[in-house]
Amino acid sequence: MPRVVVDVVLKPEISDPQGQAVLGALGRLGHQGVTGVRQGKHFVLDVEGTPDEAELREIAETLLANPVIEDVELHLDGA
Amino acid sequence: MTGVRIGVVTFPGSLDDVDAARAVRLAGGEVVPLWHADAELPAVDAVVLPGGFSYGDYLRAGAIAARQPLMRAVVDRARAGMPVLGICNGFQVLCEAGLLPGALTRNSHLHFRNRDQALLVERADTAWTSSYDQGQTIVVPVKNGEGRYVGSDADLDRLEGEGRVVVRYAGGNPNGSSRDIAGVTSADGRVVGLMPHPEHAVEELTGPSVDGLGFFTSVLQGALSA
Repeated sequence: MPRVVVDVVLKPEISDPQGQAVLGALGRLGHQGVTGVRQGKHFVLDVEGTPDEAELREIAETLLANPVIEDVELHLDGA
Repeated sequence: MTGVRIGVVTFPGSLDDVDAARAVRLAGGEVVPLWHADAELPAVDAVVLPGGFSYGDYLRAGAIAARQPLMRAVVDRARAGMPVLGICNGFQVLCEAGLLPGALTRNSHLHFRNRDQALLVERADTAWTSSYDQGQTIVVPVKNGEGRYVGSDADLDRLEGEGRVVVRYAGGNPNGSSRDIAGVTSADGRVVGLMPHPEHAVEELTGPSVDGLGFFTSVLQGALSA
């Protein structure tokens, strides 16, 4: 069954306190080379038949992400 | 009793629907309990969306509740002018449903914040705030983990330019909300959402004040004079 992946991440202008907390923990663990962390969501959708890009984009933009604060990336190849 | 009928919606995970219903009764209204899965909205003069954690805050707070059958009817009636008040999770639902601008996300300090909160009333002419005076300070509880009001600077500028900030945090911002915004209204002043809880400040015995009762008396007076 085809698999489609949707990644959702906060827009750059929206501050991400969870990502900042992860960054702080990395610093305390000695990983000084990481200078930024943005936390997001990763959805894996199993789809019957050939994925319909328009429908999947609608799903991603109207339910999986809130376009007011989040950007969305659709990966039709399931990667 | 005024004969004014106020619907209070219960979603799976609502917590404050009973308190909201109690506030409506104390103000003199008749409560109409509503269930999120119903498709039809019965004859009501206004609707309150209560606080809590509908659908466990899965996906985003309020996101799944905003897409339930009853909410479609609420959105249609609100667009036709029915007053709707969203408190805390109810505010999140209204933003997710597109009835109010902006979004609510994780508090900047990542902690759940629970305290009595001073609010500055900046709009005393909405369906839910006409019992107050513009510039009045009220104290009601605030309790949230995802109560940080956000939007792009351009959207926030427009919102402020249109005078759609109803209440603003005073004496300290509990969650990092942009520009200390605690509550906003629709362009027509009929739909109001706020993170603090006026329904928890309606009786001396249980609240820090009775300042919250004004939200409920406002909509009753509006319905009676309509």
